[in-house]
Amino acid sequence: MDIELITNILYATIRTGTPLLLVALGEIICEKSGILNLGQEGMMLLGAVAGFIAMYHSDSFLIGFGAAALTGVLISLAFAFIALHLNASQVAAGLALTILATGLSAFIGADYEGKTVTALPALTIDGLAAIPVIGKALFAQDAIVYLSWVLVILAYLFFKHHRAGLAVRAVGENPSVASNLGLPVMSIRYLAVMFGGALAGIAGAYLSLAYTPLWTENMTAGRGWIALALVVFASWRVERVMLGAYLFGFASLMHLVAQGLGLSVDGNLLAMMPYLATLAVLIILSRDPQKLRLFEPMSLAKPWHKGH
Amino acid sequence: MKKVMKKLAVALSIGIGLNASLMSSSAMAADDNVKVGFVYVSPTGEAGWTYTHDEARLYLEEKFGDKIETSFVENVAEGADAQRVITQMAKSGHDLIFTTSFGYMNPTIKVAKRFPKVKFEHATGYKRAKNVGTYFDRIYEARYLTGVIAGHMSKTDTIGYIGAFPIPEVVRGINAFTLGLQSVKPDAKVKVVWVNSWFDPGKEREAADSLIDQGADVITQHTDSPAPLQAAEAAGIYAIGYHSDMSEYGKTAHLTAAVHNWKEFYAKRVQQVLDGTWQSEDVWRGMDADMTQLAPLSSAIPDDVKAKVQALSAQIAEGKLHPFTGPIVNQQGQQILANGQVMDDNALRKMDYYVAGVEGKLK
Repeated sequence: MDIELITNILYATIRTGTPLLLVALGEIICEKSGILNLGQEGMMLLGAVAGFIAMYHSDSFLIGFGAAALTGVLISLAFAFIALHLNASQVAAGLALTILATGLSAFIGADYEGKTVTALPALTIDGLAAIPVIGKALFAQDAIVYLSWVLVILAYLFFKHHRAGLAVRAVGENPSVASNLGLPVMSIRYLAVMFGGALAGIAGAYLSLAYTPLWTENMTAGRGWIALALVVFASWRVERVMLGAYLFGFASLMHLVAQGLGLSVDGNLLAMMPYLATLAVLIILSRDPQKLRLFEPMSLAKPWHKGH
Repeated sequence: MKKVMKKLAVALSIGIGLNASLMSSSAMAADDNVKVGFVYVSPTGEAGWTYTHDEARLYLEEKFGDKIETSFVENVAEGADAQRVITQMAKSGHDLIFTTSFGYMNPTIKVAKRFPKVKFEHATGYKRAKNVGTYFDRIYEARYLTGVIAGHMSKTDTIGYIGAFPIPEVVRGINAFTLGLQSVKPDAKVKVVWVNSWFDPGKEREAADSLIDQGADVITQHTDSPAPLQAAEAAGIYAIGYHSDMSEYGKTAHLTAAVHNWKEFYAKRVQQVLDGTWQSEDVWRGMDADMTQLAPLSSAIPDDVKAKVQALSAQIAEGKLHPFTGPIVNQQGQQILANGQVMDDNALRKMDYYVAGVEGKLK
């Protein structure tokens, strides 16, 4: 393997991992507040189609990604209303959201099927991008990749050092106690779900506007589900989600690179690795209830209303 | 408004998991005309497999006018859904139904038994009945020619090939391409990457990028999305499309594409139904019947190469040149076909090995 190839693999790993990182980051914040939203795949698809249509007509990436984020927020509100307000099962509501949004995205996008737009250009930082091996991966990416890094840092600081971050965690651990302490449990959970929706929308639009600039039905191909596994893999830690997203991206890439190199590694085995790792993390975590309590928000997916 | 309602019905049916809707495109519904139905596995879109069938459907409407009425159902999942949709079509008075995906084979045969008067044409399958014919085109002929073009256009002598699943149809294409390539450059290599999916733009993009990173300067594909074309365009190299003309996804990258053309075949079958002469047949034709074509050649291809490709096309169409003519040696160095021999259809249908020059292992 020569230097050029390694440079390119690192670059591609970041790009492959970015949609996973964005959607998983949204989900982690949602889950920290105690809400399990299984609608990620559907929200990504709606974001992808809304972003595409907005970009197609406006020719502005800002409007494209903005429309995607807004669409994600709006559809996540439908979920929040059913799961939070009406106290329905979060698992059922999330699955329903994915099924509805998958169909809806196909419906909205029917006239745009197979159409294409110009791809989001890279923002290369001259000089730094020329650093061997890592330069291209770190300094020749597009705006959404940089945005994802900023969001990771902000989310990390938010949970580590900010009172509001602590409030979100308190709500996710024990909403009754949080409520008695005077925290607006419902508002916090609504906001967390909406944030998750916005990021899922942007992640979808990253696929339809940057990664493979075209709209076609079901183009997310299960990436929203991978993100859900990623959150568990990261044991609800922001920094580990970043690591996990790139690891998942790397594994899915290596499975293809290895074939081209003629390596005698079974591609299917490589493709399985991230899921095996997720299972391993789950097994390790759940062997020790104490540890699990440390990581998983205690009231995750449990319906709650005031005076409960 | 009517269109909107129809679309809403599509969304709802997809939303509740039925994944299909019936769209009738002709308002004239006289009883004596022939009703032709089409079942598609994906949306009609702007390019790709289903697009080529719908192109032919539109051609039928134009050619036969009031004599026929066509309808189609898109996005029909293979399996139980397909059987329901095909039954519905047969029930609603269709005389001829084209089922255009391999996975519709058993549903088509089952429905055909219940509706002996309805005629069925199933693409890519091998099960036939008195009222079920099968058809496919010899796309490997076009693959051979795209290999010749790649041989002239590549500088690194490394071609990247993205495959969906290692089944004979795909392997046959890879081998035909490689033989065409090596007729120009005997030492050129084809790197194959399997993505284990017919359609996953993200994965196809990754596969194309990884091939380009490994020195491929021409990319081709046996998958359905135009993502590899976009990857080639972004990297400033060449690509060869599949199913239909994909030039709009890579204006400078697109050299040509291996294309299916169902227009005249469908017209012939419809005419036979109109005349009452239709019979179940197994049709596997290529450039001789114009069922397989090359998309318009890019201006990047030098004129002498264009002329050569046109001459080779004519030879294939006339039956003078067969892409699988010996000597053919497999990856392990064993001779598969002796000098001058032409491979028979049976061997073509069962192909499960790579020819020499293809890199990677066939599982």
